[in-house]
Amino acid sequence: MAGAMLELQDLSVHFDVSKRGKGKTMLRAVNGVSLALNKGDSVGLVGESGSGKSTIGKAALHLIRPTSGRILLDGDDVTMPDARAEKALRRKAQMVFQDPHSALNPRMTILRSVAEPLILHSDQRGAALRRRVAELLDIVGLPRQFLYRYPHELSGGQKQRVCIARAIALNPRLLILDEPTSALDVSVQAQILEFLKQLQAEFGLTYLFISHNLAVVRYLCRRTAVLYLGRIVEEGETEAVFSAPRHPYTEALLRAVPLPQAVQPDRGEPLGGDIPSPIDLPSGCSFHGRCPRRVDGLCDRVEPPSVTVTDGWAVRCHNPISS
Amino acid sequence: MTDQPLLSIRDLSLEFDTFDGVYKAIDSVSFDLAKGESLGIVGETGCGKSVTAKSILGLLPSPPARWTSGEIRFQGQDLLSLGESGLKRVRGTDISMIFQDPMTYLNPVFSVGAQLIDVIMAHQRLQPRSTRMSRREARAHAVDMLGQVHLPSPEQQLDNYPYQLSGGMRQRVLIAMALSGAPRLLIADEPTTALDVTIQAQILALIKELVADLGLSVILITHDLGVVADLCDRVVVMYAGQVVEDARVADLFNAPHHPYTQGLLAAVPHPGRPASALTGIAGSLPNLLAPPSGCRFQARCPLASDACGRRPPLAEVGDRHHTACWNHDGGRHA
Amino acid sequence: MTDTVSKTTDLEALSWRERHHSAIRQVRLYSRTFARNGSAMFGLALVLIFVVVAIIGPWIVPFPEDAVGAVNMDIKLQPPDAVHWFGTDEVGNDVFTRVVLGTRLTVQIACIVTGIAILIGVPLGMVAGYMGGVVQEVIMRITDVFLSVPGLILAIAIVGALGPGIVNAMLALSLVWWPGYVRLVQAKTLALKNEIYVEAARSIGAGPMRIVFVHILPNCASPIVVKGSMDMGMAILGAASLGFLGLGAQPPEPEWGAMISIARNYLPDWWWYSFFPGIAIFITVLGFNLLGDGLRDILDPKHRE
Repeated sequence: MAGAMLELQDLSVHFDVSKRGKGKTMLRAVNGVSLALNKGDSVGLVGESGSGKSTIGKAALHLIRPTSGRILLDGDDVTMPDARAEKALRRKAQMVFQDPHSALNPRMTILRSVAEPLILHSDQRGAALRRRVAELLDIVGLPRQFLYRYPHELSGGQKQRVCIARAIALNPRLLILDEPTSALDVSVQAQILEFLKQLQAEFGLTYLFISHNLAVVRYLCRRTAVLYLGRIVEEGETEAVFSAPRHPYTEALLRAVPLPQAVQPDRGEPLGGDIPSPIDLPSGCSFHGRCPRRVDGLCDRVEPPSVTVTDGWAVRCHNPISS
Repeated sequence: MTDQPLLSIRDLSLEFDTFDGVYKAIDSVSFDLAKGESLGIVGETGCGKSVTAKSILGLLPSPPARWTSGEIRFQGQDLLSLGESGLKRVRGTDISMIFQDPMTYLNPVFSVGAQLIDVIMAHQRLQPRSTRMSRREARAHAVDMLGQVHLPSPEQQLDNYPYQLSGGMRQRVLIAMALSGAPRLLIADEPTTALDVTIQAQILALIKELVADLGLSVILITHDLGVVADLCDRVVVMYAGQVVEDARVADLFNAPHHPYTQGLLAAVPHPGRPASALTGIAGSLPNLLAPPSGCRFQARCPLASDACGRRPPLAEVGDRHHTACWNHDGGRHA
Repeated sequence: MTDTVSKTTDLEALSWRERHHSAIRQVRLYSRTFARNGSAMFGLALVLIFVVVAIIGPWIVPFPEDAVGAVNMDIKLQPPDAVHWFGTDEVGNDVFTRVVLGTRLTVQIACIVTGIAILIGVPLGMVAGYMGGVVQEVIMRITDVFLSVPGLILAIAIVGALGPGIVNAMLALSLVWWPGYVRLVQAKTLALKNEIYVEAARSIGAGPMRIVFVHILPNCASPIVVKGSMDMGMAILGAASLGFLGLGAQPPEPEWGAMISIARNYLPDWWWYSFFPGIAIFITVLGFNLLGDGLRDILDPKHRE
């Protein structure tokens, strides 16, 4: 697809977790995911534990080797990059990790942490390097004194800003953000989210935003893909999907979120059961065990096809909710 | 209300002795909990909600913790003056607590049943010998409790180990353990923060059901305003160790008075509404080793004035609605 | 924290104090915690005395020739007096001189043995922990083999094969000691490998060498320092044991173990000959052990704020 910043084609990631003498066991984290991000877009990947959302993010950056499928970054196939392609990949795409408290080496000063990508990929050194890092701190709104501080002296929000500074040091085109605000207080989260919006506008970045927090995804992402056990069950424009979900899981997910408002709507019975393990995937549609709209004989046997709701909105369901 | 509140905390202040100095964790915290009420304590990191809750059951190591003032009255009795042996009688039988991460609160080398029966037997030892349960009765009681928290196949689950259970199931086991002694009050410290959204909904529904069935009073500590709105009757908002507002849930969301509460509500993204601008709260927490005198929010407050150097009292601004602010705008800025 | 004034602060204008503010605070915190620990301070004092004596030894001894083979049979086996503070040995050498000069030898042994053990063991441990798989298996099995033979016996065997002498003794002890570091570092590396900042470093494009030396090694430093200081004491005991068995330093070198080896034949009448070298060993090893304990207390993350 022309103009796509990131394209995942039928991506699967399976881990071999076999124990000696107990036969072969595969953990199927990601199963046939196809997704395209246009330049400048912000797409949310939403799901709970076992959905594979973090794995997708890491596979896109070649931190985890995909089992099958293709990954295209700005048109280049980076599924199995050689050393040179890998270096180029690192310049173009970067990640902001989940827990700012452990994403920074506790024994390295902020200067060294943020300078690391520059040391690895550019020949800036000494005073020029320090100046560039200071510039990056300015961009993320941190005082220059922090250059010589250690992570444990900074608050959660400040640490996350440092991580963002590190991620944008090489002027990447794509930023993958893995739960960047989950470990932060609400008031700090709001600042970081606003800042991420500004950053995207200022630098023309493309965002892949991975989160389990639906409110945050609705705030930041223009499009959203909902994941369940390694498959995209629904994908479309955020507003459309959130206001009238078609997949029963999306609907249950939205209904489950408690709303910060005075009057609570009647949320009905919560979705029962537990999330199955990705080691032992259910047959047919992975959601059939918990689905209120299950069609016996069909949903437990046959994997659902992708059904187009409207242009740009797809649902994987035998019995989707109609409008 | 002429009924005595179940729990009454008055002017509670707590300090920690640390290497860097004296950390003034909470300052003159006061609130009440009525029988059968669900109270939420809301705040961000450093607000002191967890240490307040732990103070109720005396779960803080002392030293370095020191209570410098205040009292915690449960059914009229001051818990702060109780020694360890007195508190042992309260824990589990009058007041129980559940915590955030269910995995770390279950011993991985013992079966779920063994741990639950262990708790039941421990409570039984406080009873006079004649009325104590036998081990077999305790086991039956354990199965009963697991059924009450809707754990599937409770009889079989007794022999399972924690690693065999999912996060939601483990939290249910912990709730069963907490309620096995039939306490009047359950304190839940971020009970669903570590759980997935759909599982969180199940646990919240379970807590609501238990409150209705058992007449349980609940103190729910959380940073999630949605959870508070869903589960609680009343809310206490804390900032940097001080109570800044308390109100019924509806009043808090419809007419927040304190500038911090207003800031907090403006910072929360709402999943049910399209995106509108979020505003954070500028600045950062004051250093609790040397907190400012008076209101601790003054440095970040858009309505701060010189008066704020003197601590504003929790003044009544509506029916069961109090705010600690000299300059509040009457809740118009909702 | 985000005021615009700070954005225009000139980097170079930040004072030295500002720049190293974190390090300064860390040093103060460690010193204060360490100073509160009586036994650790005592251990530190002992070690410092030991080091000072080792350095200034040659200049303060009354009879330096006694350490290189002088013989004075007419004053042999004299009890401690004003001239010979620790008495004399069976060839008339001043025991005090020999003990003091033996200190220097002991420092060398302790540092070299521990140093070599660390230089071999730490990189092997990091490689094993980081690479995993077959490499880890091979390294750990070899380590297991070394660890299953009692240290001293192995050292004796090695020295037996190479021939007695202080150099061979040090070599033997180093070969006995490195497996301990492999175990320690491998375990720590395994744990650190999964830290998010390591993953972040990989995502930036850091290669395995950089990750191991820049990210993992500094975070392993604490346990290595603690084990190292404890090992100094053990190395001294090991060298003394080999010397005692006649396998380490050879006469006339004033090594404490070798001295006791001969001195025990003169017990109990000429007690001073074994007593003073023995006390020297005891005090030095005690000092290192207490120091190591103290270091562990301050470096152990559980004790931090």
